Amino acid sequence: MTLASARLGGTYIVSDLKLDMVTMRRLESLGLTRGTKIKLLNRNRSGSVIIMVRGSRLALGKNIAELIQMREA
Amino acid sequence: MKEDLLVGFVGNPNCGKTTLFNAYTGANLKVANWPGVTVEKKEGAFKYHNMRFRLVDLPGIYSLTSYTMEEKLTREFILSSNVDVIINIVDASTLERNLYLTLQLIELGIPVVVALNMMDIVEERGMEIDLHRLPEMLGVPVIPVSARKKTGLDILMHTVAHHKDKGIDPNLEHHHHNFTNKTCKERKHLRHQEHTIVYSDYIEDKIDIICNLLRKKYGNMEHLRWIAIKHLEMDMTIQKQYPLELAGIVDRSYEEDIINQKYDFIEEIIEEVLVNKNTKAAATDKVDKLLTNQYLGLPIFLGIMAAIFFLTFRIGDMIKGVFEGGLDAFSSAALNLLIAMDASDFMTSLVVDGIIAGVGGILTFLPNIFILFLALAFLEDSGYMARVAYVMEGIMGKVGLSGRAFIPMLLGFGCTVPAIMASRSLENMEDRRRTILITPFMSCSARLPIYVLFSQMFFGENAMLVAYSMYLIGIIVAIIVAYVINKNSDKHKTANLLIELPEYKTPNMRTIFIYVWEKVKDYLTKAGTTIFAASVVIWFVLNFGPNGMVSDMSQSFGALIGKAIAPVLAPAGLGMWQIVVALISGIAAKEVVVSSFSVLFHINNINTSEGMASLVQILSGAGFGALNAYALMVFCLLYIPCAATIGVIQREMRSAKWTIFTILFQLLVAWFVSTLIFQIGSLFL
Repeated sequence: MTLASARLGGTYIVSDLKLDMVTMRRLESLGLTRGTKIKLLNRNRSGSVIIMVRGSRLALGKNIAELIQMREA
Repeated sequence: MKEDLLVGFVGNPNCGKTTLFNAYTGANLKVANWPGVTVEKKEGAFKYHNMRFRLVDLPGIYSLTSYTMEEKLTREFILSSNVDVIINIVDASTLERNLYLTLQLIELGIPVVVALNMMDIVEERGMEIDLHRLPEMLGVPVIPVSARKKTGLDILMHTVAHHKDKGIDPNLEHHHHNFTNKTCKERKHLRHQEHTIVYSDYIEDKIDIICNLLRKKYGNMEHLRWIAIKHLEMDMTIQKQYPLELAGIVDRSYEEDIINQKYDFIEEIIEEVLVNKNTKAAATDKVDKLLTNQYLGLPIFLGIMAAIFFLTFRIGDMIKGVFEGGLDAFSSAALNLLIAMDASDFMTSLVVDGIIAGVGGILTFLPNIFILFLALAFLEDSGYMARVAYVMEGIMGKVGLSGRAFIPMLLGFGCTVPAIMASRSLENMEDRRRTILITPFMSCSARLPIYVLFSQMFFGENAMLVAYSMYLIGIIVAIIVAYVINKNSDKHKTANLLIELPEYKTPNMRTIFIYVWEKVKDYLTKAGTTIFAASVVIWFVLNFGPNGMVSDMSQSFGALIGKAIAPVLAPAGLGMWQIVVALISGIAAKEVVVSSFSVLFHINNINTSEGMASLVQILSGAGFGALNAYALMVFCLLYIPCAATIGVIQREMRSAKWTIFTILFQLLVAWFVSTLIFQIGSLFL
């Protein structure tokens, strides 16, 4: 499952990041690594999402959300 | 004994770093609530006991890698400038994420003091942080402060003064209770207990080998362990700076391992020091349910903007009346004084028709501009600005830009210059170029006087609606331009949104005051310098001709230039030489268009109803009606940005070709759109 198709309000564990190097490193420095627990807080009609990662909120575009692989926590 | 201490302020964006910095230096720095605004290095100095502290405010960063401009800047500064102590400002309400940077700073080997900010938010949520345990685990002092309430400031500097020569506390607590963690299990030898973060053995082994190689090749070096770790991460800058033959040791980048192990350690810390986790859901989530709602988010944003413009025009106009009365009195007093002093006609005309008419006319718009910036400051400081990027992501995505590009555009309603600088937060160069091209179309506050004046003169009751339509036209033109560029470019890759959404907070009055005061000061400075000079030049150009001082303006230099260009603007209904002169002068600063009208038509009370009535009479006599006025406003909205904007575009893009292209492009768009409106309008009216 990807972040783009996850259930609103659900908690998940990141299993893989299939992103380009720079985006991946930026996400990692914001605390989003493999094995991180995230909660999906919001999704808008363009497919962008707001997630809770390690106590802070991140807004991610659809293109990034589609490439974050997750499993149920 | 007097000492000089260089202290660097380092922390995540939105951690309250700039507020804390301001609390010490009193410098009027801008505090932003979305990542990446403090790109410039700001310095301040102050004395404490017998020491002189030099404080440097570094850009907000999440990490010490070199992937973004801010990170490169901060890293470069810390490594090259002999910083004595780093004050690491940590937002206690997002402790987990903030500690990631802290660990990297500690790893550098420079003395670090942690300033734990926003403890009030932590307490509000019913959580507690063990302030005894946290420094034990980090090996550096941790001082709770409140940047907003200005508490803990003395203790922090006291600690900095005492900690300047000290490294990591040797009594580090490594015997954590939580042994289920995988880093601990793999840590068989328990070596390197002097370091705060000890990696698993396969990493530590490699660090040891690299450290030895580095020592052999480069002798004793500062930041040794950090450089070795960066080699393991295959950091390009370090590889170039300290090349090493590492075949067989660094066969791949260990960056992900290192990041994960740091976060594993942070989880241990959080487990130990944070009490009562998640007792109360943050109020932010409740507010976000509404403000970022997939259906309501956009209408709410548009409503907020409409309310801001309503306040700007209505309340601003109410206060403006007072200013106008003052200006009238001042102008006639000056005239009487000059007559009493027996001043020459030349002097009297220069002061009354040139300077007072030009500069004074602009000053009366101060209330409108004050309210506009007050509203923008509220949006920024409350934390809403970053949400706008999320709400606008859908629309911006359709024209090939990230929702984040909308933040510079929104700031452009205030002033184009800082808006263009804010485009730095976009990583992608192509995105930045497009954003810089369309940001000047967002109607800045300098264009406000033009709308206020002309809409009131020609549109009576509908004045506000007409002025509001200018903002809409600006946004629509910007979006169409972005769309067309995107359609015609090969790279259809839509930029990705990636932005941290800070907690909502009640805007801090001091922060807002500093922000608005800075803008008001800029405006007054501009009135006193650019607009003053432009008014004098215009007065001169209009009162002198090839044969010396002229009594009839139509014989002046200005008229000669204006008449030569006027035919080009005729299709847009702007074919009067006076308008050409006013538009050219508006390149100095857009408000100057208004002062030029005052000077051109000898009206030194242009904002009063009598002043407007006489201007309308003169203009109508020349066949200049409501439609012409509308075309003029549109032209002013879209044509060449002011000199300061041209300067900042050149500085940001570092390409004269691009700057000239921007100018010509906007001139063309302005001519095209205003001609279109005038020609179509002429068919109906």
